[in-house]
Amino acid sequence: MAEHTTFKVFRYNPETDSKPYFQSYQVPLQGGKTVLDGLNEIKGQQDGTLTYRMSCRSAICGSCGMVVNGHSKLVCRLQIAEVLKNFDEVVIEPMRNFEVIRDLVVNMDRFWDKMDKVTPWLVADEENVPATERLQSPADFNVIRDASSCIMCGVCLSDCTSLEVDSNFLGPAALAKAFRMAADSRSVDREERLLELSKEGGVWDCARCYECVQVCPKYVAPMETIMKLREMTLKADLVDNRGTRHVEHFTELVLDSGILDERRLPMKTVGLTDLKGMLHMAPTGLRMMLKGKMPLIHPHIKDVDELQRIAHKVEESK
Amino acid sequence: MKYAFFPGCVAKQTCPELYHSTKKVAQALNIDLVELENAACSGAGVVSQQNEALSDALNARTFAMAEKQALPIMTICSTCQGAFCRANKRLRQEPYRDKINGYLSGNGKNEGGYKGTTKIKHFLWALVEDLGIEELKKRVKRPLRNLKVASFYGCHLLRPSDALGFDNPDNPTSLEKVIDALGAEPVDYDGRTRCCGFPILLENENASMAMVSKHTLEAKEKGSDCMVTPCPLCHLNLDVQQPNAEKIARQKIGLPVLHLPQLVGLALGFSEHEMGLHKHIVPTGRVVEKAIGS
Repeated sequence: MAEHTTFKVFRYNPETDSKPYFQSYQVPLQGGKTVLDGLNEIKGQQDGTLTYRMSCRSAICGSCGMVVNGHSKLVCRLQIAEVLKNFDEVVIEPMRNFEVIRDLVVNMDRFWDKMDKVTPWLVADEENVPATERLQSPADFNVIRDASSCIMCGVCLSDCTSLEVDSNFLGPAALAKAFRMAADSRSVDREERLLELSKEGGVWDCARCYECVQVCPKYVAPMETIMKLREMTLKADLVDNRGTRHVEHFTELVLDSGILDERRLPMKTVGLTDLKGMLHMAPTGLRMMLKGKMPLIHPHIKDVDELQRIAHKVEESK
Repeated sequence: MKYAFFPGCVAKQTCPELYHSTKKVAQALNIDLVELENAACSGAGVVSQQNEALSDALNARTFAMAEKQALPIMTICSTCQGAFCRANKRLRQEPYRDKINGYLSGNGKNEGGYKGTTKIKHFLWALVEDLGIEELKKRVKRPLRNLKVASFYGCHLLRPSDALGFDNPDNPTSLEKVIDALGAEPVDYDGRTRCCGFPILLENENASMAMVSKHTLEAKEKGSDCMVTPCPLCHLNLDVQQPNAEKIARQKIGLPVLHLPQLVGLALGFSEHEMGLHKHIVPTGRVVEKAIGS
């Protein structure tokens, strides 16, 4: 049983190291042991200087988020055998999109700063306070059940592709929390929240890459909650911005010909009255035209009427 | 090998080279494509933001068309593949499928609705799973030796993996296997599973272009001669928008981006013109020269 697994671990002590480096360890563990067991083995038996956060070992406390072979995980719920199915060694780095304090420990301020921005508590009716608790039906709770499961580990922020290029983006965890509060049946500030979340850095800046859905250890599916916030915003007809126009005109154009009109959608999304925006797109449009990437006649399917009939039936059933 | 072919909106409009190269390559590989000419757009995960039931109904209609012909669907777009797989996962649940079939019924055009049996495969998956890598190797007439190729999968072909269920999302290998089979060398880099930024192009252009420059520059730094992608939306951002990304990054990138069938086609002996490489924004001459020495 003395088989070994190679752990390649990111090391960085800003007080003594001029730059980060990787250190390899041979860990006498495999199979059902977790990656966290491996780190504990290293720290306990081989190198006490290795620094990382951990506590519950049960995917409850959310302390041990790290990047393992390129994607963020809670290492207490990741078996070494699972990693070795796809890789020859276990490569561990600190979470991305956060400042590294030392080795695998990151500064979580950024997570809390974003969380603070979305009023992460329920705003209920303070004027009519009931004599007992504010009750919710199981059906009402089911709407926010998954979003309520967040343990704030930060794994979703670490893999967020929008946050990586735009520090202003609120990110998946805070937006999932915003959904949890806005969709709560007892909430009285839903519209204010939705308006706030449609500003820059909010729900319309998500690139829909599904990284957060894939990596969330508690199945919160943050991106799905962001899409629900978009749906709530569209239903309430609260906002007219590029994000809302894009979705609305997309659907309209699909029902119009069966095939999305790629010439008209960008124009409708930007808005014909936004001359600066239209001019900004012109050089790209021209380049595409010269390369034969802009058909003059828009194709359409034969049974467009059928799509409209289906859309009508869906609408009627609401 | 026979499929109900769903080309998607982009291959019919802004990436016509993808449509034509797919048809030629399929024919050369004896893959029979029966185009679903009356199918509607997959909704691309956008229609569902407004009305998931409508999006699923339109897709159930498409799946039913293939089901009637007892054919699996073949897509050539990661985004269509993702939207289809997510819809198909929901439609496998019977009460929900019944509800959606209710929207389809009424005028006899979708008799019986969708029964939930249609398999949906991206062209990449069809190459790996149905044709097979060994068979593909045998069909190569002109190995793309000397060519270093960076794969770019497109998010929706990998995640969420419980709906897609083909490649491992942390370490996908199918594109690399194909690149290798064609005689070229796959380049390993972080960006290959990340986002191209296309969905936020109009909402947050700087962020979108930062994604383009980050991944293309990383691929270039790792020695890539070109990228290859199974997603035309990624292609629109990585190729068509590359000059705009260069402006924002204040750096020349100049990395050609090929559609997957184009790369396969070059190895099968098609000319660059037959594969529509002249329709790209970033010039592809250097790739062709290196790959086939013409």
